[in-house]
Amino acid sequence: MSFTLAFALLLAFSVGVWWLGRRRASALAGGERLHSLPGYYGTWVALWTGIPAALILLLFLTAGPRLGEALIAADPPAAVASLPSETAQAFWNDAQSLARGEPTTAIQWTPEQRAALEQKAEQARQYNGFSAFAALALAGVLALGGFLLAWPRISPTLRARNQVEGWINIALMACSAIAVLTTIGIVASLLYEAMRFFASVPPLDFLFGLQWQPQIAMREDQVAAKGAFGAVPLFAGTFLVMIVAMCVAAPVGLFCAIYLSEYAGRTTRGVIKPLLEILAGVPTVVYGFFAALTVGPLFRGFFNWIGSWLAEGPLDPLGQYLMAVQNEMALTAGVVMGIMLIPYISSLSDDIINAVPQSLRDGSYAMGATKSETVKRVILPAALPGVMGAMLLAISRAVGETMIVTMAAGSQARITANPLDSVTTVTRQMVELLTGDQEFDSPRTLAAFGLGLTLFGVTLVLNIIALRIVQKYRQAYD
Amino acid sequence: MAAEGNPLPHDTQLRPPAVAAHTPVANAGVKIHCQGVSAFYGDKQALHDISIDIPDRAVTAFIGPSGCGKSTFLRCINRMNDTIPGARVTGRIEIDGEDVNARSVDPVVLRSRVGMVFQKPNPFPKSIFENVAYGPRIHGLANGKAELEAIVEASLKKAGLWDEVSDRLHQSGSSLSGGQQQRLVIARAIAVQPRVILMDEPCSALDPIATARIEELIDELRRQYCIVIVTHSMAQAARVSQRTAFFHLGQLVEQGSTEDIFTNPREKRTQDYITGRFG
Ligand SMILES: Nc1ncnc2c1ncn2[C@@H]1O[C@H](COP(=O)(O)OP(=O)(O)OP(=O)(O)O)[C@@H](O)[C@H]1O
Ligand SMILES: [Mg+2]
Repeated sequence: MSFTLAFALLLAFSVGVWWLGRRRASALAGGERLHSLPGYYGTWVALWTGIPAALILLLFLTAGPRLGEALIAADPPAAVASLPSETAQAFWNDAQSLARGEPTTAIQWTPEQRAALEQKAEQARQYNGFSAFAALALAGVLALGGFLLAWPRISPTLRARNQVEGWINIALMACSAIAVLTTIGIVASLLYEAMRFFASVPPLDFLFGLQWQPQIAMREDQVAAKGAFGAVPLFAGTFLVMIVAMCVAAPVGLFCAIYLSEYAGRTTRGVIKPLLEILAGVPTVVYGFFAALTVGPLFRGFFNWIGSWLAEGPLDPLGQYLMAVQNEMALTAGVVMGIMLIPYISSLSDDIINAVPQSLRDGSYAMGATKSETVKRVILPAALPGVMGAMLLAISRAVGETMIVTMAAGSQARITANPLDSVTTVTRQMVELLTGDQEFDSPRTLAAFGLGLTLFGVTLVLNIIALRIVQKYRQAYD
Repeated sequence: MAAEGNPLPHDTQLRPPAVAAHTPVANAGVKIHCQGVSAFYGDKQALHDISIDIPDRAVTAFIGPSGCGKSTFLRCINRMNDTIPGARVTGRIEIDGEDVNARSVDPVVLRSRVGMVFQKPNPFPKSIFENVAYGPRIHGLANGKAELEAIVEASLKKAGLWDEVSDRLHQSGSSLSGGQQQRLVIARAIAVQPRVILMDEPCSALDPIATARIEELIDELRRQYCIVIVTHSMAQAARVSQRTAFFHLGQLVEQGSTEDIFTNPREKRTQDYITGRFG
């Protein structure tokens, strides 16, 4: 019997119990005033019936197979003990597959090993059968027991409503616990891998080194020079792209927000807002395409054209340089990233500007100020802290953005302030370090985690500062 | 000024207000002349055919139950209704004989001549000095820093706030108490030398002592300005105003000298309202 069926049965039983409980409570209502509505009594009995049994089923589903593997592997047969660890792992996998009737690996086991395999598979089969039976039986007992225990306690004085509320509280808490625990898990795994990286590369060399040349071992026997893992060029590249992006996104996004909240009529607003939301919903890989296939060639064409004008004139060196400009440059990635950030900044700023009290606008208009004077002298100063917060949030997104820079920024790690140069960024390098066949113990691969941790730290700090600012601002006008 | 020689529509209307305790009003020419003013929010009519003459250098009080259109009428005078989407005003309003709704009138200029003080003090998030300097700055009334400082000082003195804030002009305007903030926005309004000051329940957020200060101030300002005040306090209307107009359900029920309205109302609705029988 499958667990899906078991869950379905349990659900059906709980629904039935809910109905019974409700009916019983309604019947009781004739005599005395009930503490809660009859439906609450039904839910209360159904929860006691369904939840413990469902938890047991879930436990067996998640922990059961692992327990089985551990039990069976507890006494390895002699034929396996001598195998190297990888082959031994394949052996255990095959035993489990055999027990479940699934195809095994292509390894040709010796007759001796074959026999051990069959024996272990039989053990696994027995364990699986037993554990499934035990789980189902236990679940059945719990469901029935919960029902039988709860049923007699239905009485007009039972505070079913409050108890159901308690269950809801627990369920909601569990959901938020999942979110928090996942975050902790992510940070922990990042920290663990980063520690392994910092064991081979000193953190100071990493954070302040000016050379980024992760060693690439082409062949096993190649004795390549030890790579240089200085992250400064990557952060410089990230910073340059971010600056370009903010030069585009900050003014456009802010002016867009001002237009929407102060100037636009209701109908215009009704058209533009959804359009901006669509822009916000475009997947970043599409922006990446746009950058690589449209904006990049456009910019290159433009600069090459200017270069051809300047070449052989008094500004010949500049002309030569411009004529050599390539598709991949910080400017392309930055401009497209800026476009991506526009809706983000404008919708945050729009909220913030709308939170500026109407009384301030009235006060300014009543003084004979025009709209733009009111915006410039009253609304923007009042909204400034919040707008700064929005900008910081946008910066932290720009720093963490991956797809656009992967497709449009380039791969040369260099420290430059020239947006026409090809630069590489932290995120782009992480992609490069982690794609393809990787050994998860070489510094080259682990460097990705060092970068990840640093990036995580930077964006975390930016976000905390930004949210603080936004929150403080909200409170000021509540 | 053009309106000053106007024949008065009703002889009772513009008798010099009899305010026994106060100094007599020097010049009570008509400042604001309203004829058949109606106001609409979308399809809903908020004001029905209001006609009233408001005298210069006197305080005119608008009283009436909540929602009767006092604020709406006040906003018609400086065209603040223009900023409300869907609001529409018909009829004629003249200030010094000039139609405020005429095409040639720029509402921005109009509002610089008609100051407004709101129910809740709304200082801008700037320093005290910058709050008062706001109007002169945007209208270019001061040539140079010294002149601006002089305007700010004079306005704060007129608003009776100078002594309390002269040593902290560069602190935030919102650091003041509610009553001080209300006097600050009055100073802000008079810094542009308006001809008219409109006040919409200026004391409703204030305690009795701050209220008394504002009332004193209003009585002081009355010598130079035409003041219109909306209030829910009968006592306040009786104390500060020379003329009173009673609104009900978007209609102007009765107007006259404050003394007449309070001692000898012609309409039953007025009497019911001022004696607290409804509202
Ligand atoms: N912005 C608006 N949009 C639509 N209707 C409005 C608006 N402002 C006011 N009204 C309506 O116009 C009528 C008059 O409102 P107004 O604010 O002038 O009353 P009021 O006499 O000032 O009341 P209160 O004493 O409570 O301030 C009310 O019925 C109100 O609902
Ligand atoms: Mg009002």
